[in-house]
Amino acid sequence: MSTLFGLPVALDALIRVLIIVGVMTVVVMGLIYIERKVLARFQQRLGPTRTGPMGLLQSVADALKLVAKEDVRPTNADPWVFELAPFLVFVPTFLGFVVVPFALAWSVRDLDLGLFYILAVSSVNIIGWVMAGWASDNRYAMLGALRAVAQSISYELPLVMALIAVAMVADSLNISEIVRGQAVVPNIVWQPLPFLMFFICMLAEMNRPPFDIPVGESEVVGGPYVEYSGIRWSMFFLAEYASMFIMALLGAAVFLGGSAWPLGEQLGLPWQILLTVVKAGAIIFVVIWTRASFPRLRIDQLMSFSWKLLLPVSFAQIMVNGLILVYDLPYGMSHTLLAVCSAAGVLFVASAINRSVTRPRPRPVLISRSEAAR
Amino acid sequence: MTNALQPNSNHEFEVQDIMINMGPQHPATHGVFRMVLAVDGEIVRDLIPHIGYMHRGAEKLSETMDFRQGIGFMDRTEYLAQFNAELAYVMAVEKLMDIEVPERAQWIRMILCELNRLSSHFMFTGAFGADAGVFGTSFIYAFRWREEILDLFEEITGDRLMYAYFRPGGLAWEVTDNFVERVHQVLALSRQGIKDVDGLVTNNEIFKARTQGVGVLTKEQAIDWGTTGPVLRASGVAMDVRRDEPYLFYDQVEFDIPVGQNGDVYDRWCLRIEEMRQSVRIVEQCLTKLQPGPIQPERMPRMLRTPPGEVYIRTEAPRGEFGIYMVSKGGNRPHRLKVRSSCFANLQSLRDMSIGQYVADAVLALGSMDIVLCEVDR
Repeated sequence: MSTLFGLPVALDALIRVLIIVGVMTVVVMGLIYIERKVLARFQQRLGPTRTGPMGLLQSVADALKLVAKEDVRPTNADPWVFELAPFLVFVPTFLGFVVVPFALAWSVRDLDLGLFYILAVSSVNIIGWVMAGWASDNRYAMLGALRAVAQSISYELPLVMALIAVAMVADSLNISEIVRGQAVVPNIVWQPLPFLMFFICMLAEMNRPPFDIPVGESEVVGGPYVEYSGIRWSMFFLAEYASMFIMALLGAAVFLGGSAWPLGEQLGLPWQILLTVVKAGAIIFVVIWTRASFPRLRIDQLMSFSWKLLLPVSFAQIMVNGLILVYDLPYGMSHTLLAVCSAAGVLFVASAINRSVTRPRPRPVLISRSEAAR
Repeated sequence: MTNALQPNSNHEFEVQDIMINMGPQHPATHGVFRMVLAVDGEIVRDLIPHIGYMHRGAEKLSETMDFRQGIGFMDRTEYLAQFNAELAYVMAVEKLMDIEVPERAQWIRMILCELNRLSSHFMFTGAFGADAGVFGTSFIYAFRWREEILDLFEEITGDRLMYAYFRPGGLAWEVTDNFVERVHQVLALSRQGIKDVDGLVTNNEIFKARTQGVGVLTKEQAIDWGTTGPVLRASGVAMDVRRDEPYLFYDQVEFDIPVGQNGDVYDRWCLRIEEMRQSVRIVEQCLTKLQPGPIQPERMPRMLRTPPGEVYIRTEAPRGEFGIYMVSKGGNRPHRLKVRSSCFANLQSLRDMSIGQYVADAVLALGSMDIVLCEVDR
């Protein structure tokens, strides 16, 4: 394993960690700015305009405000648990950056079990949520935390299953390998259904609308972080956007061909990074778009959607993938089969959603004033 | 004590509902409403509403104000449908004094009241979308078009919120010269606005899943609780004061009354969207019948004095039946004024709507009533 400038491994690791945290904090600030601007356009507003040119410094101003705020802890809160909780959300999220490939062979550590690692790490932060909800001594926070647990457990499984299905096709759990394998055709062509499920589960994992049930503004007023303020609250916030960025990068790498597709591996390093970030940006844009246009689901609907539809379908996808891949068919034939089966799955999911929600019901009738007058 | 030694096998765990206090400072309570929910997990077991945080004694204060000053209080009672509230008040005075209101003033009143209904329902669509979890989009869509209506009101009355424009006998002053064109303009924009809001929310799958079959109020319950307006009509009762006891010139225009079939939150939403379309229709008809003429009767006394008597006026405000009960013992001020608040009666049905539903549904049930706390507490 090569280290930077031939430094000792420990020092090298420390430097890399500092780079990650520093760079990602800036990226997250940019992300917040972009979200505010894009959301504003969807809502026919301008978004931030006053701080800096085109409001570019809005996130900086917000961050300064948050840092300067008083760090309030409720009297009855459990002090240790309350103060530890933000770290338990923040740290695992940032750990995910270790394996995300911005370019080919340009990640902090190129782990062989990268996909496995990122899933394992990203599911730890739920403990922080529960701690925050429990320690706040607030019933909204408690309700929000319990909702978060239910949601996280329900959507972790289809997320993992969707990624396993892709890993089967890519024949590797190493994210760089998966990217390299997509130099010609990105995985989304072979596996549209897992991409769809990945996107839905990603929204649920990040508590983004329409799955923002744990933090629902009009119900539990911010959920687990209702009692947090100042720097601790901003850590939750930072973690939320960081995880959005990680998930988008993961989606870009695993499904959209990362830096390898469509220009191949010969591309210069800056261009590779740009390509990856643009793809991740496209995913983030759709996430924001979803936020601007969808109402929130209810907790029971959320659960039944996961357990009754997504999970069985993801199992079916894995079984079909296994069946196709076990008979050493020629590449073109097996992959065409995969694509067809997966696309059929997408149609099935779409029709199932359609049928389970929209039932025919009597419409309001119009009674004319004159015809029914007494 | 005979059972003391037997293990209580039926209750391995002791289960206790937790009480959640929602409001008066909660984003979903539309003002300063407070409800205490007894919650078993996510299910609402009981709901105790607490009102009165907004109580300002408007009824009592009106007794110290003469009939022209009292109009201002009506604006503050119902701050989303001010014209409708003013109308009930001035109609009560007119009936006591037996004043004949000129035709032109009546038509203008009708136009303004229907436009006010439109703006109030826009407010509902925005706020309810936010309740359902659309992050701000429905709010801004609705407010964009509501703003146009408020601009028109401002041009006419000089104020965006507290109009005080209706007077016993007619109107305070003549409308602006380009009134008809401006109303046509606003109607065109409103039609676009209705389309926007309708297209954004009504057919959304998640919205349907959230609202259909939620907060159901049966016909009998709706009548028993004395609900009126869209809440009652959504439950399948075709009751509309504009049709049943026409005031102004509602008997001279053609409009439809939408009546729901399911009595749930979704019906209340659809109903209001349809009512907005009908309001546009009514205003269009009013504009064709608007003629030049006086806006006040020939001889109005400088000081309004009513003969002794009592009167009850019912009008169809956006939220239901808005009534004014006025007792006069002679003189220039009411002896007693009672406001029959539509929201106050509607709000009583909240408990029936919410029990057994999820916490998130209780929020939607409350939102679907479109309450104005100022009107509830007065």
